[in-house]
Amino acid sequence: MPPFTILSGIAAPLPLDDVDTDKIIPARFMKTVRRDGLRAGLFYALAHDAEGRRDPAFVLNRPPFDRASLLVVGRNFGCGSSREHAVWAMVDFGIRCVIAPSFADIFYQNAIKNGVLPAVVDRHDWTRLAHAAAQPKGCVLTVDLARQTIAQEDVQTTPFEIAANHKRVLLNGLDEIAQTLAHLAEIEVWEVRAAQLAARTTGTRTI
Amino acid sequence: MHARTLFDKIWDAHVIADLPDGDSLVYIDLHLLNEVTSPQAFETLRQDGHGVRRPERAIAVADHNITTGDRAAPLEPDSREQLDALERNVAEAGIPYIPLRDPRQGILHIVAPELGLVRPGMTVVCGDSHTSTHGALGAFAFGIGTSEVAHVLATQTLVQKRPANMRVMIDGTLPTGATAKDLALHVMRELGTSGGAGHVIEYGGDAVLALGMAGRMTLCNMSIEAGARAGLVAPDATTFEFLKGRLDVPVGAAFDRWCAHWRSLASDPGAVFGRTVTIDARAVPQLVTWGTTPATALRLDDPLPSPDAEPDPGRREQLTQMLHYMGLRSGQVLAGMPIDVAFIGSCTNARIEDLRDAAAIVRGRHVANGVRALVVPGSGSVKATAEAEGLDAVFTAAGFEWRESGCSMCLGMNADRLAPGERCASSSNRNFEGRQGPGGRTHLMSPAMVAAAAVAGRLASPQDVR
Repeated sequence: MPPFTILSGIAAPLPLDDVDTDKIIPARFMKTVRRDGLRAGLFYALAHDAEGRRDPAFVLNRPPFDRASLLVVGRNFGCGSSREHAVWAMVDFGIRCVIAPSFADIFYQNAIKNGVLPAVVDRHDWTRLAHAAAQPKGCVLTVDLARQTIAQEDVQTTPFEIAANHKRVLLNGLDEIAQTLAHLAEIEVWEVRAAQLAARTTGTRTI
Repeated sequence: MHARTLFDKIWDAHVIADLPDGDSLVYIDLHLLNEVTSPQAFETLRQDGHGVRRPERAIAVADHNITTGDRAAPLEPDSREQLDALERNVAEAGIPYIPLRDPRQGILHIVAPELGLVRPGMTVVCGDSHTSTHGALGAFAFGIGTSEVAHVLATQTLVQKRPANMRVMIDGTLPTGATAKDLALHVMRELGTSGGAGHVIEYGGDAVLALGMAGRMTLCNMSIEAGARAGLVAPDATTFEFLKGRLDVPVGAAFDRWCAHWRSLASDPGAVFGRTVTIDARAVPQLVTWGTTPATALRLDDPLPSPDAEPDPGRREQLTQMLHYMGLRSGQVLAGMPIDVAFIGSCTNARIEDLRDAAAIVRGRHVANGVRALVVPGSGSVKATAEAEGLDAVFTAAGFEWRESGCSMCLGMNADRLAPGERCASSSNRNFEGRQGPGGRTHLMSPAMVAAAAVAGRLASPQDVR
């Protein structure tokens, strides 16, 4: 996973609350065994009209937002299904940072695992950023993960929240599986102890 | 030792190591795999040269994209590719697998408890958010993304930050006609769409103790709709009765000793919950959702809300959009709203108890003209039991389709879908825009309410059609 340090790009506004992962990518686009190519399904219902034609009015279909690498979204973003396809579709489009007042837990985890920064800002700052992003000519935001700041075209700097563990993973582009396997001996000890405990408590063994 | 909650006890027993920044390495006892969220995880293992560490701690069943029609018919090519990938991956890794045409096949969250694979005190994960269902058995069970699926396959662990404890106390007795689904929808509207975020909810109180396992599973299943990490119910005699005699559960004296252990997992008196919500079961009506979040349940005769009365601009916009999408007006009531489709199925409400509830309404009646009605049993075992009880005959005589098991119309990824604009009375868990098919309009409710709607051809209470 590539490290996330500083990202500068167009921010697209999608200021809706409770955007669920079905809305980010409908399930019918998940009939794939791959991670790439999923941008075709990204926000499909919002991005297309009833006949399946691209709707030029949708923010990500029109310049300059069609080059957006950040999204400013509403509360509880990514609620519902655990589908990581939602994050893969965003990455496939070029989104590397999502700014919201709050995120749903599983989406948040999935974002971290894919090098996408879920930046939590307070409600007041969020309103200002959403307003700035909604300007027709667009707005470039620069996100500095190490400093935990979002700079708005040198106008104003906004702090954002991220837990220390997630910040570390993103900054270093860490491979979590390799890190965990460094604890393999402890895992094996735990398994032996759990099996002994089960045998002692009940006089039997289970999985 | 200080007083601990049920969740604390399960968590503490599974922490292998404390990691930097407040993370823990947590052991996973059981991993459920489906065909949709696992292929990319196996691909990761192949790319990075990792094996599957504990194949015997996983079980795979295809449930999401498969047909609930003729199982002998060829699958659509993209569904076939996912199923082939699953079968290849589990065969290579030696993971137990229940094939599509096996009589035990069904929705993972219904099949795993049926086989006795989920037991109190376990940690259970699946690349599916409704894994919270298994909390009904007193297991810490939660949905994960595909990267975490790969992590569990490779290590049998997850890196997790300890969630907070929340208690939802539901005292009193549910009114006649109110079901576990009504209770779940009521809890969702009390907590809101993110009221459970960062928390594991332990459900307690007389009304929860009075629920059977099916009802507890319905309640825990919907916990994710409030954004909770998981739902839990303390193991008790109801749990033990459910477990007894199941395939993977110990027997005889060993079973009794396990029960004593499982009973000791209950939250200690004085255990601290970060948050407690109290709900009066007597005030739980029969509910139907009107909007596009599961937290929008109302009684059939409640007027729909007005965006104008909403002070928060974001919420006002959301209400306006929900009314528009659902083709509804503020002030309108749901009672009498014509429906196109009635769906009884999903991991929320497709157990034998749900089918019996629905059949009791349907018996001797007929589905209204112009309504397509489906029953999709939660598993092959549920289907066989229902057929032994003659429920299939009740449904088919009434004009319902009696289908093979799977996720079906819950999520619009297989052939069972709504057409644009169709209105559906559904026993499933999500009414998101397009969830059951592009442009489809979903009203969530109990199986009995779906049955009543199917017969009446409009949203109606079971009492109205009796």
